[in-house]
Amino acid sequence: MNRAESASPALSVRALARRFGATSAVAGLDFDVAPGEIFGLVGPDGAGKTTTMRMLAGVMRPDAGQVLLDGVDVVAEPEQARQRVSYMPQRFALYEDLTVDENIRFFADLFEVPGPLWRTRAAELLAASGMTPFRRRLAAQLSGGMKQKLGLTCALVHAPRVLLLDEPTTGVDPVSRREFWQILYRLRAEGVAMVISTAYLDEAERCDRLALLNEGRILHADTPARLKAQMPGAILRVTCAQPRAVAELALSCDGVAGALAAGDGVNLHVDDPAVRRPQLAAALAGSGIRADDIVQVEPSVEDLFVALLERKAPAAAT
Amino acid sequence: MNASHPPAIVVERLGKRFGDFDALSDVSFDVAPGEVMGFLGPNGAGKSTLIRILCGLLRPSSGHARVAGIDVVQDPEAVRRRIGYMSQKFSLYDDLSVVENLRFFGGVYGVPPRELADRVQGAVQMAALTGRENVAAGMLAGGWKQRLALGCAILHRPQVLFLDEPTSGVDPGSRRRFWGLIHDLAAQGVSVLVSTHYMDEAEYCMRVALIAAGTLIALGAPHELKQQSAGGTLLEVASADTARALEIATAVPGINDAAVYGSAVHATSMKADAVGQMLSALRAGGLPEARVRAIAPSMEDMFVHLVQASRAGDTTRPSP
Repeated sequence: MNRAESASPALSVRALARRFGATSAVAGLDFDVAPGEIFGLVGPDGAGKTTTMRMLAGVMRPDAGQVLLDGVDVVAEPEQARQRVSYMPQRFALYEDLTVDENIRFFADLFEVPGPLWRTRAAELLAASGMTPFRRRLAAQLSGGMKQKLGLTCALVHAPRVLLLDEPTTGVDPVSRREFWQILYRLRAEGVAMVISTAYLDEAERCDRLALLNEGRILHADTPARLKAQMPGAILRVTCAQPRAVAELALSCDGVAGALAAGDGVNLHVDDPAVRRPQLAAALAGSGIRADDIVQVEPSVEDLFVALLERKAPAAAT
Repeated sequence: MNASHPPAIVVERLGKRFGDFDALSDVSFDVAPGEVMGFLGPNGAGKSTLIRILCGLLRPSSGHARVAGIDVVQDPEAVRRRIGYMSQKFSLYDDLSVVENLRFFGGVYGVPPRELADRVQGAVQMAALTGRENVAAGMLAGGWKQRLALGCAILHRPQVLFLDEPTSGVDPGSRRRFWGLIHDLAAQGVSVLVSTHYMDEAEYCMRVALIAAGTLIALGAPHELKQQSAGGTLLEVASADTARALEIATAVPGINDAAVYGSAVHATSMKADAVGQMLSALRAGGLPEARVRAIAPSMEDMFVHLVQASRAGDTTRPSP
């Protein structure tokens, strides 16, 4: 598999919709994912991420619209589609009383992967995730991060073209999370298309493209860099010992749209950093509040998301 | 924060052994009144063991701990009356309403009956649950539930609040609102100890303690830790050919930890002219278009670097 093999999308979604009673959980989604692309679905709880994932995987029928996996319609040709896709739900069902190897073998049998093929593939995947020493350990005795890596190995044993990951790193510590992402990047280099949902926006920045999902609709979809460039204004970071006092003062200044007090500083959303920075420094000096440093920092995807959804000062919204 | 008051939590050379396994060894730190302190560490690092000891639920094998001035071994009951605890699982009664949950927890924590109505009303306002007083907790969305759980945990006005991954799985807007409430409580003098492995939760803490394999490996304000411990200059290499850029970056002398990050490569360099050196390597390697810049390390960069450094020579530690 490689990127040049196919110019057509690995996954194509058109006008996808699903209602639950009176609620429109997914209200018309359109997007394509290219081979070797990691596409992030990010949004708050209830935005429709999991419902979308289930429809892409063919485990839930849409009310309207179409999902094509490598040109195969998931509703019309479910068996064909199943060979091309792998879905890793939030709680991947590993067999706790089976060993790592036995779990992989079980999933290989389920997808009718020939013995020599899955053995080679499993060995590669386990080596890449640092799991080789634990092949005989019971799944129940693995840590959270290791369980996720085993889940991923099981999901990949039939070499899917499209991999769907629903919040895969929830509850996984940062070291394991990095290892997990290095595996995803390796799959990307092999041409696997991936859709990954997450509520953690620092994680979203690792994707090639992102769709910001809210109430079943895509607000924006683009690369993380281009999305962040859409952020109106700029973020100034004030490092200080009294973030709340600084936030309160800043919100009374002109041109400050929002203030987010963190542990040892405040992020201020301002219209024009060149104008506001000296003004803020003067206001702080005048009030006797000590601030160590005011610098412009890059907005995060989370800053943009909050600006789009709330359009007001988060710290003031109590 | 009020430096002139005695610390709300004092931990001195605390250790805990399970059989021949050191879950905690020689951990010492203080938390001031009104301070929000984060405890960061991988799964199994000893965070839960520490919190259980501080709540008086587990006896330490060595060392001392005092919470709100009380020794956790000598009077665990008195400690528990002065602390609040909220876990990621929220432990609410789904079939009870917002107000019923608050009344229930108020009763459990021994809030005087004549004060209960006022406190419940105060908690509803604090948690921005006005208008939803009679909704069953099970029907609330994640962020609302979380604020209700916080309301339940502070009805008895604890001096110290323990939060265990409090915003796990909650959306960004709710997360920000929640932390606004936590900082309101801190401003009233409540000390908050947060145990987490989510970097964005750590950013909301005034100080962060990093714990790995039962040992405290770093302690400081988030910006201080990020500056101290990136282990060199963090470089971002942007190129259309990420795979080739990674190959080249990995081979540059003095480079640690080159890895793909989104559409770029991140690499830590120990060299003085890190950017120039990387640029020449990329040109020589056939990527003249590649761009290189030094970037600020994130909390996660700091965390991964310190944990890996502390793990060097300790690869045999069993998983939890």
